[in-house]
Order: sequence, then C-alpha cells, then structure tokens
Amino acid sequence: MKPKAAFFDFAGCEGDQLQIANLEEDLLALLSQVDVVSFREVMKEHSDNYDIAFVEGSCTRLQDEDRLRQIRKNAKIVVAIGSCAAIGGINSLKNYKDLDGVKKTVYGENARLFDSYAARAIDAVIPVDAYVYGCPIDREDFLQVVKSLLLGKKPDTPTYPVCVECKKNENVCAFERGQYCVGPVTRAGCNSCCVNEGTICWGCRGLVDNPNENSHKEVLIKYGQTVDDAINKFRLYFGWQEAKR
Amino acid sequence: MKNSNVEVNVHHVTRVEGHGNISVNIKDGIVEKCEWSIPEAPRFFEAMVVGRSWYELHHITSRICGICSIGHTLASLKATESALGVTISEQDLKLRKLALHGENMQSHVLHLGFLVLPDLMGVGSVIPLASTNPAEVKIVLKLHRIANEMSNLICGRTTHPQRLIPGGFSKIPSMNELTTLRKKLQDSIPNLQTVAGLFKSLESKLPNFKRETEFIALTDPNEYALYDGKLGSTDTASAPVKEYLSYTNEYIVPQSTAKWAKHARGSYMVGALARFNLNHDRLSPMAKKTAATFNLSPVCYNPFMNSIAQLVELVHSWEDSIRLINELEDKGLTTQSEYNKPEIKVKAGTGVGAVEVPRGILFHDYTYNANGVCTRANCVIPTNQNHANIQLDMNALVPQIADKPQKEIELTLEMLVRAYDPCISCSTHVTKIN
Repeated sequence: MKPKAAFFDFAGCEGDQLQIANLEEDLLALLSQVDVVSFREVMKEHSDNYDIAFVEGSCTRLQDEDRLRQIRKNAKIVVAIGSCAAIGGINSLKNYKDLDGVKKTVYGENARLFDSYAARAIDAVIPVDAYVYGCPIDREDFLQVVKSLLLGKKPDTPTYPVCVECKKNENVCAFERGQYCVGPVTRAGCNSCCVNEGTICWGCRGLVDNPNENSHKEVLIKYGQTVDDAINKFRLYFGWQEAKR
Repeated sequence: MKNSNVEVNVHHVTRVEGHGNISVNIKDGIVEKCEWSIPEAPRFFEAMVVGRSWYELHHITSRICGICSIGHTLASLKATESALGVTISEQDLKLRKLALHGENMQSHVLHLGFLVLPDLMGVGSVIPLASTNPAEVKIVLKLHRIANEMSNLICGRTTHPQRLIPGGFSKIPSMNELTTLRKKLQDSIPNLQTVAGLFKSLESKLPNFKRETEFIALTDPNEYALYDGKLGSTDTASAPVKEYLSYTNEYIVPQSTAKWAKHARGSYMVGALARFNLNHDRLSPMAKKTAATFNLSPVCYNPFMNSIAQLVELVHSWEDSIRLINELEDKGLTTQSEYNKPEIKVKAGTGVGAVEVPRGILFHDYTYNANGVCTRANCVIPTNQNHANIQLDMNALVPQIADKPQKEIELTLEMLVRAYDPCISCSTHVTKIN
C-alpha cells in the first residue's frame, strides 16, 4: 500500500507548497508513489489518516500549537518544509519588535482577540523527523528528502556552509565585491543559487551546525564590516535560531 | 424556499491560497447569517521592514506571498526607486514586464487548471483528473512549466526572485536564451487554444450571477496596464498612483485578520475582471478573440467570469511576451557587468509603487530616512480589496440560491470565493492603520 501524505500550512507565504505544484511532470511521478490525502491548497478532500505530514510555515500563536500537536499525533513522520517551519525564517524578524504595541496599532481594543507570539520553528512545539530547508525550498531537494523517507533512510543534509558550493561554482566572493554575505555561516544545499544569480547569500537555509564564528569574525575585520552589519543580516532569517542559542 | 433550513460551514475553503471560512445560516427560508471570514495568522510585515535598508525591502516583502512574489518584488522595487529618485533603462523595463507576464501566466494557469477546473468537472482536485483526463492535465502542466521557465530565466528563480534589484537587474538573460524561450511560447499556442476550448465546453457550469459593483485597476492609454499606469475606476475618473489611499480606504472588521476596503460604493473588485472591464481594448489580438469566444464584454458584473478574464489575460501575456522579446531582439540586447549593482544615491524620501499582480492591483508605500533605512511601510494587497466585495456578493447570491440543496449552496459559495482567486497569506500581512 502506498504511504499516505498530508500537507499543512501555518504562518508563511505558501511558496513551498507552490514548489510542489511546480514539480509539474515530476508531481505525477510523486503521486504514483504516495497517496495525498490532505492538501487544502489543491484539494477539497481531507483525511486525518496519514503517515507523512509536510508542514509549511512558522508557529506564531498559541492556538496553532494544538493543531501542530494533533498533526504530530496523527503522523508517523513530520517533515518541516521551508525556512519558516524549519528555522523560524523571515517571520522571526517580528520577534525584535514590541509585539503588544504592534498589535494594538493594528487591531485597537480587539488586540487580545488576535493572539500572536514570537514566531518559531515548528520543532519548538513538536518533534520533527526531517527538514527541507530554503526560502523557498528547492524542488530537487524536496524530492531527494521524500525519496530517502520512502526508502526508510535519513535524508542527507549538508553540514557545511554555502561558501563551499559558491567556491565550486567559481563565483566572485561577495565580500570581494564590497558586499556583506552570510554564506560563511549558512547551511549549504542550495548550490549557492542567489550568488550565482548575481546577488548575495541572505541566509535562508539557516545557521549551519557549529558555525565557525571566529573565522567569520576574521572575515568581517578583513573586509571592514562591523559586528552590527552582521547582527543586522543575521536577523533576516536566523532570529529564532539565535534566540535559541 | 419556505421552511428551508440550511447551515453551511466551510471551514476552511479549499483550493485557495490561505485560510478563509464561509458560514451561512438559513432558517425558515430567511438568511440569518452569511459571513466570509479570515482566520489566517497575521504576519506583521510592515513592522518587520521598519529599520531595514533600501536594498533589502524587496527581498523581505517578496515573502508576503509565494504565489505573487515577483509582483511583490516589483511593487517594492518601484516604491523604493520612486523614494530614492532612481530610474531604470528601457531594456530593464521590458525585462521587468516579461517578469510580470511570467508570474501572471504561471498563476493564471495554476488557478484555472488546478483550482477552478476540478469544480467545473465535478471532482475534488486535479489529482483524479490526471487519470481521467491525462491529455488535458499534461497540457496544463506543460503551460505551467513554460511560464515557470520564463520566470526562472528573467528573475533567476520562479519564486522569490533574485535578479530583480533596485535600479535594474543583477544578471540578465542572453538573447539566445530569450529567443529559445520565444520559440517555446510560439510552439505552445495550440496548447493555449486547447485549454480555452476546454473551458468553453464547460462554460455552462459557471453560475449566471450578476451584482453591479465598482472595478478598480491600473490603466494606461497605450497598453493593457500591468507594470505601470494610473488608478482607474469604472465609477470615477482616474488618478495618479500616489493618491492610492483615497481609493483603498482600508478598515477593520471583527471577523477577519485581513483588512477590508471601499471606494465609491460599499465595495469594489480588483483582478483580471477589473482589468478587463477597464482596459479590454488594449488586449493583444488573440486575447480579444478569446474574450469574444466567451461573449465576455465590458462591463461584466459576473464575478464567476473572473476565471474567464484570467484565461483571456493568459493569452494576452503569452502573446505580449513574444512581442517584447521581438522588441528586445530588434534593439539588440545591451550586456551588463557580472554581479551588476546599479549605482544608487541614498536620500530621504517617500515612494509608492503599484503593479497589477495576478489577483489585482498591489501597492507598496515606503518612507526612507537619509541613510536609506525604512521608517514606515504600508502595503495594500489585492485580496484585501476584494474581501468586502466577496461578502456583498454572498449577501446577494445566498437568497437567490437559498432553495437549492445544501451541497449545491456550499459548492456555489466556494466557487464564488475561488473565482476571486484569493491570496489570503498576502492579505493578512497587515500591521498598521492610521
């Protein structure tokens, strides 16, 4: 029997589920291997009977925790897809703001009805079995993770920084071009896609395991960048991870 | 319809982007409750960007929505460029128009093929269609692939684009890549016609419902306005984009974490049908023919026809992309340096950027201080502008169908919401009203 899969979304842009629709012909191949029983964005049917749950988006309010726990209870395997679910992502930018103040400006006296707390990765609420990083996720990367899971293997996640891939692609280093880049401390696996397209690494895949902080400080000093520059850039995607550290 | 008791609770509406609920209560034939509500988690983008630099805003606000990330990026860049007094080259303008077409095509194919078609064919999703109608599904997937290849080529990625930066592009495609794309676009025109034919054969499934309302979209005398134009309305005279707040007038309703909007009357509609109603005579020749096949003519007050207007626009974007590539070829493509970073002089200023994205007119409005740090931001999203119109449509539609079986009422209301192609993640980006 084919394993049953379900897709869920929390606070996010649904860009990762879009990447799954973007699999196009490969999507048909995927559908021959798994039965999709719930995917609100593309299907009307829903079932709570599933083996693998793919979760997109960060948890940003108390009321979403129950929904996450229920998903955990129903699923044998929970996969966090995309930066928001896997590392907290860009939503954690709001964690640096005065939330009560922000909410009151938006909703006035009714602010308490719209609860919201610091954005967090879903593993802050439930145990997660596998991660697909990136903002958005890479379609190939997603397929690789799904293949591993279907074969009962642990997905292979790079534990080195984006710089490794960027060097292999023979890019001119962003620091050499006078720009600040978080590639030295960001988890690889994207094939340095943003630098290849002429920009910088923004850090969307999150901090690499054991980032080499001392060497990063040396890079900052060498290129005349300040710690403030670094902190500012780290906040874009690392907010929740940094708060955890 | 006497003695009929109906309760409809669609919690959450499926095959739309984001979370929206429909609750209808009919007792003894009288509509007691009819509500369109948005429980989506709010995301506070306008607060998140305060304190960030001018060169990051487009990267951050792109994340408001995965499906219209190119549109958000372009509206953001236009706001930043307007605030900092930056202009872009003719060539970059054409490339940006191609980027917008690519997203429009991708989004319209996704909506028509994945989200609307299942209703018209009486199934719950596109998945069963893959086995019952494999030829049609493959054609839809092929068109989707080409649209994505186009976004990828122009923007460096299909979702959350990379190459679009303040002042222009970090990297541009080669002429060779563009002509290869053009060939694919030309070769797939028969597939477009097949999809149009498929929708024509299912046309009778679209409810025949009318409610007079106001339509708002960008408008331009010289082209079917998507990237640029003035604010146009079917009720009032046009106005410059910087006066957008007098059009959008956002307000808060208790059942929704998304804001609502109104202009000349109780609600207005934005999106493909609004653009068609205002700008139909500037559509490409093939798009005009497609509209004629469906007897779609302005002003069309049936919101369910928004899907058909999307089909017409899909043809327009396809044909206009070929025209734009021809123009780029005729002029000869000017190359630029690798890792291009246009020289930009930072200054204090305020700027508004508006573009037509798949679901309607989108505004980004920023103020920067002398260091180019954002001190205030406001984004007005198409779906927010449509929420009030969806509610008023429901109010008008429910009594007309109240004597139908519950399942049919439910489906018709879901189809109504889907026709608007709502993007609810987008519309709950909110933080701030003044």
